[in-house]
Amino acid sequence: MDLHPIDAEPTAGEREAVDLVLGPPESGWRGGEWRPEVDGHVAFGGRAERERRHLLLPALQALQERAGWITRGGLGYVCRRLAVPPAEAYGVASFYGLLSTEPRPPRVAHVCDDLACRTAGALELAAELERLVGPEGATESGSAWLRSPCLGRCERAPAALFEQSGADSYQWSVAPVTAEQVRAILAGEPWEGPAPSDGAPQTEDLGARAGLRLLRRVGLVDPGSLDDYRANGGYAALRRAVELGPEGVIREVKDSGLLGRGGAAFPTGVKWEAVARQPVRPHYVVCNADESEPGTFKDRVILENDPFSVVEALTIAGFATGAERGFVYLRGEYPLAHRRLVRAIEAAGARGFLGEDVMGEGFRFDIEVRRGAGAYIAGEETALFNSIEGRRPEPRNKPPFPVTHGLFGKPTGINNVETLVNVLEILRIGGPAFAGIGTPESTGTRLFCVSGCVQRPGVYEVECGTRLRDLLGLAGGVRAGHELRAILLGGAAGAFVGPDALDLELSFEMARSAGVTLGSGVVMVFDETVDLGDVVLRIARFFRDESCGQCVPCRVGTVRQEEALHRLAAGREIGSREQELRLLSEIAQVMRDASICGLGQTAASAVQSALQRFQLFDGRSS
Amino acid sequence: MSVPVPLDPPRRLVELEVDGRPVRVPEGSTILEACRSEGIETPTLCFLDTLTPVNVCRVCVVEVEGSRVLAPACSRRVEPGMKVRTDSDRVRTSRRMVLELLASSVDLSLASPDVGRWMRDYGAEPERYGPPAPAAEAGERDARRAGHHEEPVDGLAATVAQPVKVDNELYVRDYSRCILCYKCVEACGVEAQNTFAIAVAGRGFDARISTEFAVPLTESACVYCGNCIGVCPTGALMFKSEHDLRRQGNWDESRQRVVETICPYCGVGCHVELHVQDDEIVKVTSPLDHDITSGHLCIKGRFGYQFTQRRAPVGASPDPGGPPEHAG
Repeated sequence: MDLHPIDAEPTAGEREAVDLVLGPPESGWRGGEWRPEVDGHVAFGGRAERERRHLLLPALQALQERAGWITRGGLGYVCRRLAVPPAEAYGVASFYGLLSTEPRPPRVAHVCDDLACRTAGALELAAELERLVGPEGATESGSAWLRSPCLGRCERAPAALFEQSGADSYQWSVAPVTAEQVRAILAGEPWEGPAPSDGAPQTEDLGARAGLRLLRRVGLVDPGSLDDYRANGGYAALRRAVELGPEGVIREVKDSGLLGRGGAAFPTGVKWEAVARQPVRPHYVVCNADESEPGTFKDRVILENDPFSVVEALTIAGFATGAERGFVYLRGEYPLAHRRLVRAIEAAGARGFLGEDVMGEGFRFDIEVRRGAGAYIAGEETALFNSIEGRRPEPRNKPPFPVTHGLFGKPTGINNVETLVNVLEILRIGGPAFAGIGTPESTGTRLFCVSGCVQRPGVYEVECGTRLRDLLGLAGGVRAGHELRAILLGGAAGAFVGPDALDLELSFEMARSAGVTLGSGVVMVFDETVDLGDVVLRIARFFRDESCGQCVPCRVGTVRQEEALHRLAAGREIGSREQELRLLSEIAQVMRDASICGLGQTAASAVQSALQRFQLFDGRSS
Repeated sequence: MSVPVPLDPPRRLVELEVDGRPVRVPEGSTILEACRSEGIETPTLCFLDTLTPVNVCRVCVVEVEGSRVLAPACSRRVEPGMKVRTDSDRVRTSRRMVLELLASSVDLSLASPDVGRWMRDYGAEPERYGPPAPAAEAGERDARRAGHHEEPVDGLAATVAQPVKVDNELYVRDYSRCILCYKCVEACGVEAQNTFAIAVAGRGFDARISTEFAVPLTESACVYCGNCIGVCPTGALMFKSEHDLRRQGNWDESRQRVVETICPYCGVGCHVELHVQDDEIVKVTSPLDHDITSGHLCIKGRFGYQFTQRRAPVGASPDPGGPPEHAG
């Protein structure tokens, strides 16, 4: 490969930031100092560098955090270091919302205006910000604010994520946030943040606490203390796994009937067994912590408050499937979870719970954390592999499936955070006992992200099969003095139901027979004060923004869907309302039937369910 | 003619059913190959026999019994006992919608005549999405921020319309015609040229073929092999000679003839087709099924023909159509 370099040099700071990720350059050919006596005589083709392509995204993030944007000099340096063609690296950089290929000021606020935050005044907050700070994206003042899709802090809406670039770059989120706080933070003034919270109200109530399995340690242990984790049952499951052996672990997980909690509800034990049986080596395990479905924040609550549980569970997955290397792909909007997870992995490694010889039991396992950079689609499992591999996170066509052709083309077990943490419980009480919890087809407990117009939003753990009414009861029901109008189940890729669905049992089988999905556990509640038409338009905008653009049905379909909804909302139908509804349903059909991945296949489902269940855009105010 | 010598072990035949008919094709074949063996026409846009299928246009989708969603015929391998339908309502609806969505957002007027025929056959009505929004300014689409777009206004349908990029003397890029089939990226990369001058940048409806930071080709890694032009199905990539003639209204295929010859430059012996109009070479192609080129050429075979038509006397000023200095 004869690469054409970018004709610009990195700053010293950019070079330093990239070298912190990649190590110092090995030769003048790869961006180091030119030494004629060595480099003038020997050049290598770049194979070794290309094998480190998976470090492209971390290197781009380092540039972004140092300079505030990806400059030509910075990108050119990364390309030389990794032997990546500049056009490809630019294609990767320009994909992600949190990376910028245009100048961006050193301090940026990403202000959520997505569904849950809208019910908590995000639009008013944005209007106030325009008055206090200026229009979105304006960069004169050394800072800027930008609208953002869901930041995963729906229980304390409205939320904002702040980024400070430079040598001491830092990211943090604030929720709930006010326009005045955003202004003060952007101006570098001292500000007072809200009191911390773990996001799971059940943990504050001793009675409710006793029944918790997945959240058992949340709010109880110090997330930075391995000792605390062990004192509260930590690493007993890995010990048990070693006693059982890999086949024994898989047997327990199969006996438990555990179905994946990321949205697709695939049997976890079957997946692990399929990976374990693949003769091709190496195997990988991946923890999908890229929860970006609007309204989803359950994995964040676990990662922030009980990070060791994820480390232990992924280690068990590696042990069971014969993988020596695991990755956690964490969404970029979770800086606190990132810091705590990285610290947990370091602590576990220092104490022999990761590394060459885990717990002295003769097997090897290491975990690397990769952060997303603002792309919902990267949570799709095959897009996630591409993201880790340093390519554009465009989903791959399936088949082949990840169990045979996953990360780096190798057999890969990929599970959601909540799914993995369930395995600790399975090994604690045994697969058959676990299967006795919940319903026969939906075993165990589930985390639901209850947000919107309820008294106590947060993550709630309930047995599968619990009635929707009872779940809302735990969250205190609809805000006092208001009445329930609609519930969005499963997030933007899910479906709306009305008050008549309160008796729905929250299990995979009942959801399926009711024609809805539990997806990633989103239960977003809207009362009569919420403009559902506005909510539906926001969902349509979300999918248009988050489509990767690879396949035609989704790339153009999400645009045409949004346009048709705007025409309906403005009363400017082409033809008649019926004609527009028919058009929308045909767009929905081609997206569902012919898109490559789940994003396109579900990009119309919430919109369609709202149009069918509620009389929206009919000329009356909705 | 010599008899071809089989180099691979013989492949087993797989039996499947296409539209109710039993079909036998070699193991590893795609559904598209099975359809072709039966003479069933399957529309394709992003597919090309010489490139690895990327299955992104979705116009070739078929219904596979037992599968929740439709499958791309171009890349899905046949399996024993598979039952495929290529003409069900679901298939026809998806194909019609894909053609409609594309035609409502992209200028398909220079795509192969097949596309227009498919649009008629499937009943595509791209006008029903509303009048097209005004074209973007030069560079505007290149600067779009991932994950943000302007709200739709005035009932206008967004399109990819934008000015043609003319930044060198050899070929132009008219991305108003780009359907994002990825073929040019494949041809520029590992499938032919290994130059990697272009890639897909941005995302969603703002995804686009781009050099790094959208720099002109003259600042990019482009080596002007023109293999991207050779694979472009919609005329988005075009010889500048053709582009200029079309703009002047002088492009006339009925006045053109194709002269087949061998490239005179090196010993590889690439088969070239010179498209000649009024005794001027206006573009150069190579047949896809040629076993040396697979349709691909280098800058010399593709653009190095000026000497044959340099009629100016020695010492006169050089032909402005000659290759630019950087391409040397």
